[in-house]
Amino acid sequence: MTTALYIILAVVIVGSALGTIMSRNAVYAALYLALNFMSVALLYLFLGAPFIALVQVTVYAGSIMVLFIFVIMLLGAERLAASENLRGQRFLAIALGVVLLAILGTVFISRAELTGIVTPPTAVDFGSPRQIGTALYTQYWLPVMITSMLLLVATVGAILLTRGEGTSIRDNLKRVDEKEQADQEE
Amino acid sequence: MATILANEANWAATLAPWVIFSPLIGLLLNLLFGLRWGERVTGFVASLASVASFALAVALGIAIRGQHEALIVPLADWISVGSFDVQWALRVDSLSVMMMLVVAGVGAIIHVYATGYMHSDVRHNGDPGRYRRFFVYFNLFILAMLVLVSADNYLMLFVGWEGVGLCSYLLIGFWFEGGAGGIANAKAAKKAFVVNRIGDFGLLLAIFIMFWSFGTLQFDAVFAQAGQVFPGIILAITLFMLLGVSGKSAQLPLYVWLPDAMAGPTPVSALIHAATMVTAGVYLIARSSALFLAAPAAQAAVMWVGALTALLAATIAVGQFDIKKVLAYSTISQLGFMVAAVGMGAFSAGMFHLTTHAFFKALLFLAAGSVILGMERGHEDAGDHELATAGGGHEDAHAFDPQDMRNMGGLQRRMPWTMGVYLVGALALSGIAPLAGFFSKDEILGAAREVSLPVFIILVISAFLTAFYMGRQIFMVFFGKPRSAAADHSSESKPIIVAPLVILAILSVLGGVLNLPGVYWLEHWLEPVLAGNLAVEFELPVALLSLAVALTGLLLAWGVYGKRSLGSPENPDPLAKPMGGLFTAAQHKWWVDELYQAVFVHPFERISLWLAGTFDQGGIDGVANGLGALTRTLSNWWSKFQNGFVRSYALAVVFGMVAILAFLVLR
Amino acid sequence: MPLAYYIGLSAVMFILGIMGVLLRRNALVVFMSLELIFNSANLLFITFASYYQLLAGQIMVFFVMTVAAAEVAVGLALMVEIFRTKNTINIDQMSQMKG
Repeated sequence: MTTALYIILAVVIVGSALGTIMSRNAVYAALYLALNFMSVALLYLFLGAPFIALVQVTVYAGSIMVLFIFVIMLLGAERLAASENLRGQRFLAIALGVVLLAILGTVFISRAELTGIVTPPTAVDFGSPRQIGTALYTQYWLPVMITSMLLLVATVGAILLTRGEGTSIRDNLKRVDEKEQADQEE
Repeated sequence: MATILANEANWAATLAPWVIFSPLIGLLLNLLFGLRWGERVTGFVASLASVASFALAVALGIAIRGQHEALIVPLADWISVGSFDVQWALRVDSLSVMMMLVVAGVGAIIHVYATGYMHSDVRHNGDPGRYRRFFVYFNLFILAMLVLVSADNYLMLFVGWEGVGLCSYLLIGFWFEGGAGGIANAKAAKKAFVVNRIGDFGLLLAIFIMFWSFGTLQFDAVFAQAGQVFPGIILAITLFMLLGVSGKSAQLPLYVWLPDAMAGPTPVSALIHAATMVTAGVYLIARSSALFLAAPAAQAAVMWVGALTALLAATIAVGQFDIKKVLAYSTISQLGFMVAAVGMGAFSAGMFHLTTHAFFKALLFLAAGSVILGMERGHEDAGDHELATAGGGHEDAHAFDPQDMRNMGGLQRRMPWTMGVYLVGALALSGIAPLAGFFSKDEILGAAREVSLPVFIILVISAFLTAFYMGRQIFMVFFGKPRSAAADHSSESKPIIVAPLVILAILSVLGGVLNLPGVYWLEHWLEPVLAGNLAVEFELPVALLSLAVALTGLLLAWGVYGKRSLGSPENPDPLAKPMGGLFTAAQHKWWVDELYQAVFVHPFERISLWLAGTFDQGGIDGVANGLGALTRTLSNWWSKFQNGFVRSYALAVVFGMVAILAFLVLR
Repeated sequence: MPLAYYIGLSAVMFILGIMGVLLRRNALVVFMSLELIFNSANLLFITFASYYQLLAGQIMVFFVMTVAAAEVAVGLALMVEIFRTKNTINIDQMSQMKG
């Protein structure tokens, strides 16, 4: 991977991140974020993680961003009245960001161990779906199980949170019971 | 003096604890069931407890007669630290048994009297529910007093000492909402308690020094070492003990609480503030005779304190109009006699006078209570009369004082029994032969003549004054014409009240037999305990002088008060004119209370106020309030950060993160 | 490519994400900024997985993505619910978290 390519990607990544946090319109922010995810996925590709890169594209840039845009449209909350009502928040936040950048900068400059060179992996199938799948279903089978449970719970939770009024399970069950009774009476 | 421990099967040892436990059982029964039982049973149980105590004490006395050793009955270990060991053990010897007999015996009679007296008193004061409370306190007092006299070491003695002080406080303030301004009784109780505290402080210091120099508080062990230590230590112990004695036994300079203690119901005055508790000091000195004999200077101090108290209180008694106040000052005076006697080393004479005094002073107080009840009844009857005739006129219902002798007069026709026993008591107190007081007082005077002439003269003058003020009281109360409607309508008390009076009157007449000259039964009885007792032989000149002085006093009283009785309550005392300022001074108790008020109480209150205002409110409260204000200010300031805005919180989190990172990198 | 390049890029992305959280009032944009922060962490994982030739980093990223997906699902559901009651997703309107 050439330095030029890296620079282009880095510029796109930083630019899209800036776009995400600076767009007035939440839809634009979401689109910038999608761009950011895509370019980071490209970077993953060059870093010898093809499977993760594809997952990044499908999960993040695909489903999660769709979810975001869906909610934005659902709520109609693209824009907010532009008024900062926390005094000093903007100044302090930017100042802290600069300080954080400075601190991390000093670390880069001063720490010798960060001067190593990243080279793409020599093994041909490093990070391939096969390898990752083997690792996940042998060595990491327990975390996979737990994560799957987490996803299940999250799904149920999301449904429960958004189901709205008068659609509780008990109401539904009652309705089913009433219907059954009515059927039996007939 | 050797002691025996009750380890063999000795029936006296099994009996001894029950002397103490029977009032405890009585008070517990009344405490638990008294409200359900009603007055009759409550009074019966309380009296029975006291009578049982007395009967057991009699049995104990029979058991130890002829024994020269004290019987020690250990009940429980109290403190056991290293070599220091304090047991709760009962000491049964002739002295303690004698005190038990006096306490439980007189106590039993007064209990019976109180069942009748309190029946009226609780109704007169409008709270019948306190009947039970009274007898619980009364049994508690008997218990504490028996703990005091049966103690085998100074610490247990102190427990009893404090216990009787507590009971005294509770019973003086029995009608705590009563008295002038609704607070006088409570104030009197407080005064008694505080003044006693000063005395207790002295006794406590004496005990501390004892522990420090002897390492033990057990009587025998302490007395055994009395001669082996530096004499100054013994002097300090005995002088501090004297301070304790002057508090409890109402001696100079701490006697001021006793007259105020008359705020309690009359049985209380009779039992606690005449017959038993106030004699605890005399008992303490007699018990510690070994220590006092080792410190002649302390003995002299005790003697002089007693003699001066006897004189001062007698002069004050002459100027009082309250029937109970006269008796109160008389008690102080007689206690002075006893203290002087034990100070002279005439321990048996002091104990003898203690016993006879318990008889006739209890009698006088109880009879005075009967008079007061009669006056109250008379007042109510007279009020009813007025109501019937004039159709009103209860205005002076609260102004009327049934204890003021100026309102009395001519009661001998209305209350013949009371008058008879009162006369016996007064004659016994005055020292007329052959009543009890004559022999005991004569013995004290005889001892004084041998030891110190000035003290002898002081005591003779006191004896004269005693006869005079008792004569004054008799003539003012019982003779002449009734000076108020209440006196005119008064009536004799019920048999339950009169019967104990008659018993006490018989005891007052026959009490002298205990230590009849020539026989000296009491002296021999106490001999094993009171080593170094100054035995006084009967001397006719002294006896005649004593009798002559008493008769002169009574005659003079007849001359002043009897021949021509006081016309009306408003007339001034016949003595006021000839005696001038002296009578006024006696009437105002030599302004001792005012003096104490000005010299001690007032400055103390000022200091307290100053401390409360400047130090407590200003300093301590200031610090506390300042801390509170600081906290509030700080929290007000900090709570601005808790503004509810998530982004502010996030900012704080990021700030913390940056700070930690900066620390890690730049350190 | 020097390691520092990737780390620097990740750091910048991280700081931008934080800025977004701190500065934006639209709860959805704040959410997106959180995703940026996730992303910067993931980038580091991948970089070091490549640097050390270790697969564990990539596996970790996989799990992070799964958890992030769950988080977004629940978070957005919450957002919808909040919008229903508050009628806004301005997080400055949600200031009940004070005593």
